[in-house]
Amino acid sequence: MNDILQEYKTVVGEGVIQQLHQIASALKGIRIVHVNSTAQGGGVAEILQKLVPLSQALGLEVEWKVMKGDADFFKCTKSFHNALQGSQKTPDSYLLRKYEEVNAINAEELRPCLEEAGMVFIHDQQPAALIKYCPSRKGKWIWRCHVDASRPNRHVWKYLRDYIVKYDASVFSLDEFTQKLPHPIYLVPPSIDPLSEKNIELPADEIASIYQRFNLDPARPMILQVSRYDQFKDPLGVIKAYRLAKRFKPGLQLVLAGSGAADDPEGDTMLHIVQDDAKDDPDIHVLSFSFDTNRIINALQRAADIVLQKSTKEGFGLTVTEALWKGKPVIGGNVGGIRLQVVDHHTGFLVNTPEGAANRIRYLLQHPDRRESIGETGRQFVKENFLITRHLLDYMALMVTLIRPEDNSIEFK
Amino acid sequence: MTAQTSVQNPLPFFVKDCVLSTISTGEHAGNLIEFRDKLLTIHEGCIYHHFWGGHLRPMFIDPEYQNDFAVWAHRALHDNILAERLGIIDPTQFRSQDDLRGAVIEVVENRLDESEEINNLKINAHFYFVRSKIIIFTTPVQINTPLDLIKIVPFMSTHSIFYHFIDARRRSNEEWDDFSLWLQSYGNEFQELISQIRSVDPYFFTLPQLKKELIKVVQKYFISES
Repeated sequence: MNDILQEYKTVVGEGVIQQLHQIASALKGIRIVHVNSTAQGGGVAEILQKLVPLSQALGLEVEWKVMKGDADFFKCTKSFHNALQGSQKTPDSYLLRKYEEVNAINAEELRPCLEEAGMVFIHDQQPAALIKYCPSRKGKWIWRCHVDASRPNRHVWKYLRDYIVKYDASVFSLDEFTQKLPHPIYLVPPSIDPLSEKNIELPADEIASIYQRFNLDPARPMILQVSRYDQFKDPLGVIKAYRLAKRFKPGLQLVLAGSGAADDPEGDTMLHIVQDDAKDDPDIHVLSFSFDTNRIINALQRAADIVLQKSTKEGFGLTVTEALWKGKPVIGGNVGGIRLQVVDHHTGFLVNTPEGAANRIRYLLQHPDRRESIGETGRQFVKENFLITRHLLDYMALMVTLIRPEDNSIEFK
Repeated sequence: MTAQTSVQNPLPFFVKDCVLSTISTGEHAGNLIEFRDKLLTIHEGCIYHHFWGGHLRPMFIDPEYQNDFAVWAHRALHDNILAERLGIIDPTQFRSQDDLRGAVIEVVENRLDESEEINNLKINAHFYFVRSKIIIFTTPVQINTPLDLIKIVPFMSTHSIFYHFIDARRRSNEEWDDFSLWLQSYGNEFQELISQIRSVDPYFFTLPQLKKELIKVVQKYFISES
């Protein structure tokens, strides 16, 4: 067995690997291409970094293409990103023109590859318009939406929809994120990679080194939120919750850790707002990393007593999955995919306000035995439902059902 | 079914596994009238999925109600009368998904007749209609004799249990599980075990519970036999 598959087998078991092999056998000879807009940073790139080699190890012919764009293009697509999640700000006609131009330019380069491919997965809104510039498509094109598009800005959705209706299928993370479209809409939750630097087991001394590195006191409790600096992640709400809880646990420390992504031009602005809010409290540590910090994030998550993800909008919330995988109770905003992962009293607590978060922080800090049992349940939950092997299986199942659209039951012998 | 019915030479039971590929219909209902209207025309795969697909979804809590429709009535509409009536509908008693659909609609329409007002729900509390396609895998595992059930069933995945114990009912004319159908190929020899397996009601168990129940039935039978 291929080395990478052998490694996953140790985590997920032989049965899952056998399933992957069987379904992959039906896709042999079909060239599959994934397209997104960033090679590093953000959940999509993280998933593709392992999904692609894992698919290749199963004998599939898979390529990953990253489209190129300039500042105006990413400004426009960030605006789309916010608008899909409900922001009423609409990009102006100049930015929309840039969006189309950049897609057209990228299509020039990618067209031979994309038009010949058997399956093309277009991730999110950035490359969505490529389909318009690839008229001689031979295979099936699938639009993968990674955000909660349940209540989009209607102007922006109408604009993007004109591209998306051209696809053969789309994929959303949850049923409540979907929009009506004239093609099959598959539901595939995302996943984490248990063997990535961000999630792999770490030696105890590496975890311990985090305290000194970031001037944290290992003798005092520490709560953590890992996320981009983005209004929908509500970092200011986290600071408010920390301050409310600190009245009862004066030694409490808060770490906000975020890494940037190349397609997120608003990150710096929010980071400065957060730094300003936190500047008078030495126990609030606002960390901003460049890209290669996966082991640091991993160590921070393992060092934390509680992990928060107090988002007010969330696609799925892979940082929640990561924290659960490390056996940490999670206090999460009652939105999006967090609700699929955080189950009250089982894997953590769902909250609606900073006050609610503060309450749960106090409860969990007061009950270390509950922290431990909730953490153990969370890890098992992720193992069964949200690892990358399940994600790949879902994608392959989707492709097989697209090839055989009439069959409601497909058997591999 | 996974084995031929021949008393002389029963074939082994070939263990299979499955996954569901879940497909949104894009249809959702924000109140009971919309719910009834959508039920009238929704893809029949949705009826199956919302009665049985929940078994394969991540969940912790023993379900208070046994199908997605009843759970929605309870959690979103806060209408426990409706939830109880929907929850008691046993999908194994209906010959077709359309008959089952009819039973659900009847309960909903009765409740509409009793209702003085219709509450509109927030978008995140809507009922979303979903259907699924099943992908079936062969495994290298086979059960050569009924006694081997004791050794093999504990190692079957919950998805495998779903395929052989739940999904089997829509594949066979007799509407029974694969295990008892396979045991029939031994003639009358295992009639008592067949009867005990068939008395396990899959509707009221999560898959891990169902697996435990099957193990219990098989172990009890062969231990008492010996």
